[in-house]
This record gives sequence, C-alpha cells and structure tokens, in this order.
Amino acid sequence: MSASRLSAGGHIDRGKTLSFTWDGRHLTGYPGDTLASALLAADVGVIGRSFKYHRPRGIMSAGVEESGAIVTIGTGARRDPNVKATTQEIYDGLVANGQNAWPNVRFDLGSVNNLLSPFFAAGFYYKTFMGLPPFEWGSGTGLWMRYEAIIRKAAGMGTVSREPDPDSYEHAHDHCDVLVVGSGPAGRAAALETAAAGLDVLLVEQDFVAGGDDLSNPPAEAERAADMAALADAGVRVRLRTTAFGLYDYGTAGLLERVTDHSAVPSAHLPRQRFWTVRARTTIVAAGALERGLAFGDNDRPGIMSAAAGRTYLNRFGVLPGESIVVATTNDSAYPTALELAAAGAEVLLLDARPEASGPFVTEARTAGIEIQSGTAPLRARGAPAIAHLDTAAADGDGWRAKTSERCDLLLVSGGWSPLVNLQSHRGVKPVWDDATACFLPGKCTENLIMAGSAAGYWDRDTCVASGRAAGTAAAKALGAKNGKGSADGTQPARDGWQTPIRPLYEVRVPGEKLKSFVDPQHDVTAADVRLAHREGFVSVEHLKRYTTLGMATDQGKVGNVIGIALMAEALGRDVPEVGTTTFRPPYTPVSIGALRGRSVGAHFKPLRRTPMHDWNLANGATMTEAGLWHRPWYFARAGETIDKAYIREATTTRQGVGLCDVTSLGKIAVQGPDATEFLNRIYTNPFAKLPVGKARYGIMLRDDGIVLDDGTTWRLSETDYFMTTTTAHAATVMVWLEELLQVRWPDLKVHVTSVSDQWAGCAVAGPQSRTVLEACLTDPAVVANDALPFMGVVETELKGGIPCRIARISFSGERAFEAYVPSDYGAAMMDLLWHAALKHDGCLYGLEALGTMRIEKGHVTGAELDGRVTIEDAGLGKMASTKKAYIGSALRSRPALTDENRPRLVGIFPKNRSQTFNAGSLLCTAENVSGFGEGWITGVTHSPELGHWIGIGFISGGPTAWEGRAAIAADPVRKGNVEVEIVSPHMVDPSGERMHG
Amino acid sequence: MIRINCPFCGPRDHSEFTYGGDGSIAYPALDASAEDWTKAVFERENVRGWQTETWHHVAGCRMWLLVERNTMTHEIRNVRPAHPGVAAVLESET
Repeated sequence: MSASRLSAGGHIDRGKTLSFTWDGRHLTGYPGDTLASALLAADVGVIGRSFKYHRPRGIMSAGVEESGAIVTIGTGARRDPNVKATTQEIYDGLVANGQNAWPNVRFDLGSVNNLLSPFFAAGFYYKTFMGLPPFEWGSGTGLWMRYEAIIRKAAGMGTVSREPDPDSYEHAHDHCDVLVVGSGPAGRAAALETAAAGLDVLLVEQDFVAGGDDLSNPPAEAERAADMAALADAGVRVRLRTTAFGLYDYGTAGLLERVTDHSAVPSAHLPRQRFWTVRARTTIVAAGALERGLAFGDNDRPGIMSAAAGRTYLNRFGVLPGESIVVATTNDSAYPTALELAAAGAEVLLLDARPEASGPFVTEARTAGIEIQSGTAPLRARGAPAIAHLDTAAADGDGWRAKTSERCDLLLVSGGWSPLVNLQSHRGVKPVWDDATACFLPGKCTENLIMAGSAAGYWDRDTCVASGRAAGTAAAKALGAKNGKGSADGTQPARDGWQTPIRPLYEVRVPGEKLKSFVDPQHDVTAADVRLAHREGFVSVEHLKRYTTLGMATDQGKVGNVIGIALMAEALGRDVPEVGTTTFRPPYTPVSIGALRGRSVGAHFKPLRRTPMHDWNLANGATMTEAGLWHRPWYFARAGETIDKAYIREATTTRQGVGLCDVTSLGKIAVQGPDATEFLNRIYTNPFAKLPVGKARYGIMLRDDGIVLDDGTTWRLSETDYFMTTTTAHAATVMVWLEELLQVRWPDLKVHVTSVSDQWAGCAVAGPQSRTVLEACLTDPAVVANDALPFMGVVETELKGGIPCRIARISFSGERAFEAYVPSDYGAAMMDLLWHAALKHDGCLYGLEALGTMRIEKGHVTGAELDGRVTIEDAGLGKMASTKKAYIGSALRSRPALTDENRPRLVGIFPKNRSQTFNAGSLLCTAENVSGFGEGWITGVTHSPELGHWIGIGFISGGPTAWEGRAAIAADPVRKGNVEVEIVSPHMVDPSGERMHG
Repeated sequence: MIRINCPFCGPRDHSEFTYGGDGSIAYPALDASAEDWTKAVFERENVRGWQTETWHHVAGCRMWLLVERNTMTHEIRNVRPAHPGVAAVLESET
C-alpha cells in the first residue's frame, strides 16, 4: 500500500498533533482521526490477524462493521480487547496493539494455520476432537476440555485484563417524544421536522461527529452545518458517541454512551460509559446502510476495503488511501468515489460487473479519464501480505472466466448495500427481500417505529432527506402534534433506484480454480464453508449460521450475512427470500459488561440490611456474616479465640447459663382484622382457631402443591391482632403470598397484613438463667414467672425505663428461652439492659454459628432444610398436619409421590468414628454404592459441645428407622472424601424437650 | 420493557412488578378433591395471544392486579385490581 495524508480537507484539525503508539511504534494523528485513519495515513498495512487462520488483515471499512482492524486499546487494568480501530478516536498517549498474534501481527507464527486451512473447514474441531478416530477415546472424557483450552488459545480474539476494572459506569434514564437514531441527512430531517411540530426530540449518533454519510460527502457539508445549527436552535438534544444498541417493548431503547473512551486521562468525576434506558413515544430509525463486499479469491488481503470506506478516508480524514486504485462495483454508488479519488491524484481503474453501465455517472467518469471495464469483476487478489495485483474475471454467460491481472495497491469493492434493519428486527419484524435493489428492506411494523433514509432502502441523498422529513411528519401526526412545516402527509417517497440497476452478485469464481473467498472475514468463514454446510445437510439458514459460525463474530454478520444467505440460496437452487434471513438481536454493537452492571458492583452489588443493633453488636465484638441481604453477628470472639472456639463457647455458655442473640432479621407480619383467626387457620397446617389471646403457636404453611413454604411462630395479641414471625430467608415470599391470598383468592376475608419486620428489634434470651436475666430488665418481673408465662406464653409489657416490649416464651435453642421485641429505636437500649444483666450470670452474646449449633442439636429446620422440595412429613413434622380441617396444600400434599415412605426424611448424622468430621453439602450413600445422587444429603454440620463430637442434619431415604443399624457414607468426592456415618433421630439433644418447658 | 398502568400509581415499568400467574384460575375450595386441585395448580394453558394474568405491584402499592396482556406482543389492554370489591369501588368512581 502507499497511503498518505493529504495537505487539506476532511473533518480533522491539522493544527494540533496527537501522539500514540501502535505495537510500540510512535505515530501521530490529528484530532478528528480514528485509530484506523491515523494508521492508514501512516501507511500501516497489517493491523490484525484473523480469528482462525491468522491471516494478515488490514482496514476493511470505516465503521462499526469492521472485520480486519480489530485491536487492543490501553494497558494494565484498562486493557480493552477487540476494539474496532475504525471507531476508536485517537488521543494523546493512546496505546494500541495488535492481537491474536505472536510475536506480532506482521509476523505471526500462528499463520501456520493458514497453510493447514484445508483441514480447518466448518465443524473441524468438533468433528476431530469429539469422537472421530483416532480421537474417539477422547469423547465423553475430560480430554475434549483440554483440547478446547488449546484450541481457544490458538483461535480467538484479544485477551481481557485480569485486573479489577478501575472505571465506573452508570445507568441513566431518559424520556422523549421522538427518538431519532442516526444523524445523517434522513435523521436530521426527521429530527427537525418533529422538533418543528413542538415535540421533544432526542437524536443519538454512535459516531463522535454528527453527519453520517455527509461527513464523507463534501458537497453536503454546508447543509450538514446548517442542519446542526438548526437542531441546536430547535432544542433537539443531540447525543454523540451514543449507540442505540437495542429496541424493546413500549418504545424502550437501550443506549450506550461512551463518555470518556476518547479521553487521554479518564475523569475522576465521570463514568467511562453510561447505559441509558430511554422511553420514547415514537422512534425513527435512520441508521443508514452498510456496503457489503464480494466473495472472491483472497478478498481479505490488506489493501482491500469497501468503496464507501475509501471515500470516507479520502473526504472525512484527508487520507489518500492508495495511489493505484482499482474500484470494483456492481452498482452506481462507487462512481463518485472513483471520481473523487482520481481528482485527488490517484490512478483509478473501475471494474463494473454490469455488462453495460450508462447514465450521468458513467459519462462523468469517462470524461474524467477513468478507465471503465464493463462486465468485469475481481477474481483473486495477489500479493503478500498486502494486495499488489488483482486477477480479474470477465462475465461469461451467467458465470465468469479469467481475464487479466491489474497492478494496484488498493482495491475498493462495492457489492451492494444492506439497509440497517437491525433495530427493527429487534422488535420481531422480519425484513423483506427486494430483488430490484438486491437487499433486505424493513418489514411492516405495527409499532410507533418508523424507518427512514437508506435504512429504509432509499439510495439518493435527496430522497433520503425526503424520507426523513416524511418520517418526522408521520411521527408528529401519530403523536397528535401540530403539523410540521413539511406539506407532505407523512407518506414515504417513491422508491428511487440506481441509474443503472444493480447486478446482484455475491461471489466471483471460475470453474476449476480453488479460491479462498471469505464471506464472514471476522470469523474466517469462506464460500467453500457455506457449500460444505449445504452438502452436510445444514440447509436452514439458522443451522448454517450455527454450523459455520457465519455472522456470529462481534460484527454479528453486518456485512457477511447477505452473501452467506445468497450462496446458500444458490446451493439450494432457490431464491434468497425462500432461504430467509436470521433474526438480528440486541446489541447492535458490543456492550461492555461494566456498562450492564453499572454501579451494582462491590459493596453495591446488592442492598445491605442492618439490624437496629448493628452498631451495638460491632461495639461488643461481633464478627459479622451475611444472611441473605442481612448482616448478622456470626460469633463474638474473645481474646485469642478462633471462630470454632468462639461458637463452641457461646453454645456451651447458653446451654449452661444464658446467651443473647440478635434475631431482628426474622420476618414479622402484623395480621389484623375480624377474620384474622380464620385466615391463619386456612394458611397454617395446624389448628389456630382456638389459640387463646396471650399465647403463641408454632405453625407451618404449605404451598398449594403441598410442599412446605415456611415456618414460624404466631402470637395472639388480641382477638383481632396477631404477630406472625417468619424465617429470615422467606420473609418477603410469605408477605407476598399472604397479600395474594387476601386480594385475589379470599377477598371476602376482613384481614389486613402489614410487614413490621423493620419496626421491631428482637433479641433471643436463651438458657437456664434466661428468666432471671429478663426479670432484672423488666418493670414488672412477675410477668415472666413460670405460671404467668408458661411455654408458648405471650405478654405485652415494658422494660425498665418504660420501653414497650412484647415477649414470647419460645425456644429455637431448645433451652428455656424468650424472644423479646421492642420498637426498633429501642434495640440498642434493650441490648444494654439485657447484656448488663446477663454479664452478672456469666452470660454471653452468641451469633449465627452458635445458633446453628444449637438448632442442629435439636433438629430444628431452617431455610437450608425447607428448600422447596420438602413435605411436612419429610421435615419430621407430620404431626403438625391437622386431619380435622382443610388448609392450603392439604389436598395436594397427599399425592402418592409425596406420601411415599421412602422419601428422604429429616435425620441426624453422627460420624461412625466420633473423632471424625464431615461436610455440609455431602451426599449420603449406602456403603455399597457411593455414586450418583446417593440416598440423601447433608444440610448442616456442627461440632456439638453437648455431645462432644461432630454432628450433622440432613435428609435420607426412609428416615432414621430405615437406617437403624445400617452404615451410610457421607460422600464428598471433591473436598474431604468419604466418611462413614450413622443415621440417628434429628432430635439429638434433649429429645423430650424438658429444658424448654422448665 | 413492559409498562403497566397501575390503577393506584399510574404507568410504571414492569421492573416494579412481579408476575403472578394465570389470572383466570378459579381455585377450588380448600376441602375440594386432589383432582380438582391438580387441575387448578398444574393443568395450565400456554396461551398464544390475550391472557388475563395476575401481577403484584411489589415495589409500589403492593396491590395484586389483573392484567390482560397479549403474550405475543406484550400489549396490555386492561388493568384492574384483583380484589373485586376494590375494583368495583374504582369503577363506580370513574
């Protein structure tokens, strides 16, 4: 190649020089340059290596459809791979490197793949490594995984940084009457028209300069400038560097704004990218069209690009992309390019595939002295690495025959245009093939979504403007705004065509010559691959896509899809419309994971819930842990204690003296109203009709299908007022469920439910000394005497200092215990009172770990056991299911599969050798058959201070009685290995419950 | 992104709501047979087109709503409170 920067022209600022490095080489460019234009101006030919064959690649386009100049930008934590050099703005200090090559893109050892390419056809890796000789022994084993790792390294794109992303991203929302996508002539006309009708208009442009195709079209520059001024005057919000990557329901658009990707020094106050959710009443898509190439031999050589790209580099960036240029076209659109390049001093040869082109373009080109060869097309590019000669072919009936060879340093190709129907396709609208212009046009759409300009298949600039204006009028009418200045009624203009119709042409080949003709250069899919897929039976376009990976690279087939579909149609002997097109899905261009996650990262990944005693717990030595969204005390280590020592001490102290535990995270629901009793009686499996005021009852609720939903205690405060507690894990689910029942299913019940989880702070006071401690804190100690407050008794009273308090004598630990609740603001005050009293009895604070120990010892279930698969019998609570009343789940819980005696039932687990430990999550198996899913599983394991050895809780087929005298294996193949265990009753400590009743 | 016109809160994004299920199900009495309950709980239609479904405005007024939605286009043509008494009051006011 021999590209060079012109001394004048283009949308660049030659008054300022920007320095950047390319593979370590220092280069310069100007503000307004993309990395691609700056590299082209420096005559850098090879910029990338291809995905599979590691073939050298240069610049193929001037936009987002780029398949050749794919590079890595930045260093360290800010290394960003797979960036299209054609869209990356340059800035001072930009560091860009080639990728998918070693040692570099100019000399890449991986290019040996190209010599072996006959073996790398579609499906090669799967055919070879997944079960064919001599690799069939690799099938179904880990060997494929190992091959895959090697294959992935050899074939691929750039590599991401493994360091944490130092940049921030944000999500933002916006509304508008009209969203216009694209700032070309049609988009601007549409925006001006709708703004004139008094509508709120948002115009988004993915490029960093507004103008679209006009930026490459000098005669339109004055109008572009005037339009931009008019848009500003009309109050149209123009957002640059912003891609509408997807359209969704109800006029919602997803936008990605690249805020600082063009800045040398990222601002500390700005996000790198902004992810916009825009709700528009109407959307006008004027996204333009992309020029596609042709499949011919070695059509991926550096020095071959689209004709439109050649025009853009010349006119927008002031770079003459070659000196000896061949322009190969099937339509009129390349003629202005050829003329302008010749005028800029290049030697231009024009190959027109049509047998006889005529019209003003042809006359003008001939007058300018450009040689035109009609009925001629490119056959094979020669030269290494960049093109130096072009073998041409002459039309021969329907086919081609070899013609001559032409010297050139640049080949510009126009195989026709593809309107960007992608955004409309996101809405489920199928594009329609148009034979006359050889492209897919937008389909019929019933939403407030209007396609305009070349995205709607208009080719002439004036018609595009008319189309944009008509779209604006139509949008204004649809929204009931006053008519704009346009006199039209919003009907799109009549189809314009070419001066000479396009010759539909997708591939050029001559009989007998084997060519490597790329259809999808980004994924190295060739015309031969498409025909191979056809021979092997992958004839549906969706199968073709998946088998060959055509259109599955980062450009999503923007350029290659139409050629691939046309070649498949040819192989099938059908027309293109019969083959169809694949559905375009969002995103139009890649969206970074960072933008998707926005600020939901690190500590902000999910909400954090703190109890009112959070600071109190921390001040008193708590180490915290996460329980769902909650932060709860895990253990309270004393000097020198490990977690194991701490929880064992806490559990021991609680069982022997007294312990305090923050239980605020339990769900709490006020159930109130005249029908509250009836309501509870319907949702709990056990009877609630006769629960006296001043008593609590442990209850279990099922789902409709008879599986356990949740458990907890419900306290009767008055005839019509209940205080329900739920597990921490299911608090929200239960609340939603109760609301559904009352509003949807039983609207006749006069009951109101209110979540009061955040209103009440709770503390469990557990252990033989619990009553003594509580008495010391109460204004009237007598209310908690054994007679006044027997097991399951409830009292509303006050703590010393007049703190209102409700207390129930309930026990999760199995000891004599109370749960005391005070209004949240008094949480810390309650803890101060209780802790002061407990210290006098050598009490302790205990956390989740000790709480877990004591509940496992007692065989009490939690969310770990109630996992949505467990029946009430499975949980060992069958006697809680009333036979005298109907309740939610009572009909379906008796289905045969749910009442099978051999279902996994709740059990306790001891290690056979009492000095051994085992892990929660282990599978329980018979000694004879340690494989598969086993006979059960372990949900919790702890050291039991009471028993002096490790114990577990879990489920096993048939429950304890089925395993009497039988050994089981706790199988944990990826961690500890297997441990022989005994299956025992889940009630491992104090099975008769004497302590809590005492 | 669907938008649901909540009768209490106005038009809101669907992210404020959770989907309930088929709103046309008439649940049998609690003491009905397992067969009746099986029909109601498991034997559901996978409707192509208009369907009445329940949605819960969980991050809003927490009301359960009956929403008529087209499963092919996401178009919504009617939203009313699932509670018939509340719905009747709203309708009498408009």
